[in-house]
Amino acid sequence: MQKLADFKLPQFFNYPPYFTLQPVRDTREKQIQLWKELILDYCKSQKIFLIGVEEDFPLFSNSAIDRSLSHEARETFLSAIVGEGRAEWLDKGHRKCLILWHRIQDWADIILQFVRDNGLEDSVMTVEEIRSGTESLGTELQGIDRTILMRALKLLENKGKLALFKGTSADDEGVKFSV
Amino acid sequence: MASGSSSIGIDGFFENAEVTTSGRPVLRRNEVECFLLSSVDIDSEDDPPRFTALRSGNLILTTHRLIWIPSQSNGAVPSSVPLAAVTHIYSHKKSIKSMFHSPRIRFQANPGSIVVTIVFRGKGDFDEFLTKLWECWRGRAWEEEEKSESETSRSGSGTVAQGLYGNDGTVRMVGLAGILRKEQEQWESTDKSLQDAFQDLNALMSKAKEMVSLAEKMRQKLLSAPSSQNGSTDDEEMGSKEEMQQWMLSVGIISPVTKESAGALYHQELSRQLADFVRIPLEQAGGMISLTDMYYHFNRARGTELISPDDLWQACTLWEKFDVPVMLRKFDSGVMVIQNKSHSDEEVMSRIKMLVTKTETLRVGVTASDAALTLKIAPAMAKEHLLTAETKGLLCRDMSPDGLRFYFNLFPEIDPTNIHIVKDFGTYGEWIKATSLLSV
Repeated sequence: MQKLADFKLPQFFNYPPYFTLQPVRDTREKQIQLWKELILDYCKSQKIFLIGVEEDFPLFSNSAIDRSLSHEARETFLSAIVGEGRAEWLDKGHRKCLILWHRIQDWADIILQFVRDNGLEDSVMTVEEIRSGTESLGTELQGIDRTILMRALKLLENKGKLALFKGTSADDEGVKFSV
Repeated sequence: MASGSSSIGIDGFFENAEVTTSGRPVLRRNEVECFLLSSVDIDSEDDPPRFTALRSGNLILTTHRLIWIPSQSNGAVPSSVPLAAVTHIYSHKKSIKSMFHSPRIRFQANPGSIVVTIVFRGKGDFDEFLTKLWECWRGRAWEEEEKSESETSRSGSGTVAQGLYGNDGTVRMVGLAGILRKEQEQWESTDKSLQDAFQDLNALMSKAKEMVSLAEKMRQKLLSAPSSQNGSTDDEEMGSKEEMQQWMLSVGIISPVTKESAGALYHQELSRQLADFVRIPLEQAGGMISLTDMYYHFNRARGTELISPDDLWQACTLWEKFDVPVMLRKFDSGVMVIQNKSHSDEEVMSRIKMLVTKTETLRVGVTASDAALTLKIAPAMAKEHLLTAETKGLLCRDMSPDGLRFYFNLFPEIDPTNIHIVKDFGTYGEWIKATSLLSV
């Protein structure tokens, strides 16, 4: 079966009707489900956090069968993921979609685990270090989208698990854990 | 003052031409104007000149003459030369020299074989004039007139009529007046034939009135006769009553008796007849035929006594009441078809399913035309069937620049929670096999 980078595509990716938004309701719902799963799986494996509807997202077209999703289809499928809470539209025009293959809550949990694993219960780190520091290498946090990270941190802050503070420069935000 | 006599002009060559008060030439009997050019001079080529040159006038060519009318009152007199007097027209050769001069025509005319030159100083279609001059000169209209005149004096019948009035006094169709006259005559003759027709129609109508009153009498008789439910019916009377109904049906008259119970007898009989007739076209059309197509077939077969679309539709709706193997069906789109009862949805669906689960069609899907060919039905019908199958979930669609295609619907067979799994049974596996046959 085909691969996109190192991601194994399911067989039905070569099924032409998969790329046409189905008019019959029951059929369409099945189709939406398949697209949801595929998009989330793919984004998770490739650590993709953002999809631009009008951009060349690899899943949206299949050159082997010469088919690609219409704009309407793309919006429909992404909106379905948003509806389930696994994505968010970043703009009113629905052009950019933030993909939460881990929910914010899940990310928060991952951060907490990360803190415990590395003995950072009372430490201070910069936000940037969380996503690109040596500790995060090889973990899920490596390369996490900044927006998502901030959201997760804010969530934890509300729970009193940490405190966010501004650093010496604009992008030098820091975190003090009190896990 | 109109007088037919010509008068020789001052010079002895031209004839005086009569003009009206507004300067138009008076044409003689049968003479028709052909062309008009302005700014024309007429010169005498001979030396010494045989006539005074005519300067700057309008030249009118008719079937009989060349008429020159002065455009200014410079003392010149309207003059004419009869075409009959022309003996020779010199051919007009175009040369370098002629390009720089005004176009001119030279001809010889009697009396005295005088050479005349006409110079055209104005803008006009000189070539056209020349052509017309030749035509008129060759046409020799004056000779026919002389001939017919002399013949009239001899026999007075059966001759070619010239001029506006024929020899027998009937109007001849010439010129604008002729056109108008012809129109008038046509109207009159149409009017007359219409009147005649209406006479016939009146006769027909009076006959029809008789027919109607006869039918009314029959109707009364049928209504007053005891019905079949009544036990005391006379068999003979029943028989004749049946006969009467049959007869009335055969002349297309609706029997009033059974109208309430099962629709008019006419429609009933028509309905049965239609059910019989429909069998063959249905087979040919693959089990389903649109109402409009059937209308065409049926009426064509009947030849005369065609039925109206409404009659056809009513006849079809009556089928429900009888035990006939055909039915009328209306699609969502409004299209109405006649189909065999055996040609049910299930039957078509199963045929479609068989079609789309073949290896080849699993792989590439079907278009409406593919389906039409395989199922042996009209493409519009095929499309309806495919859409119905899609709505039922049997098929799903693929829209691309190549067009609309339908595939066997695999979506239900795929587990969203386990998108990589392919069940052992099911068409999904078949489809994978079909597609992998091509991949390297």
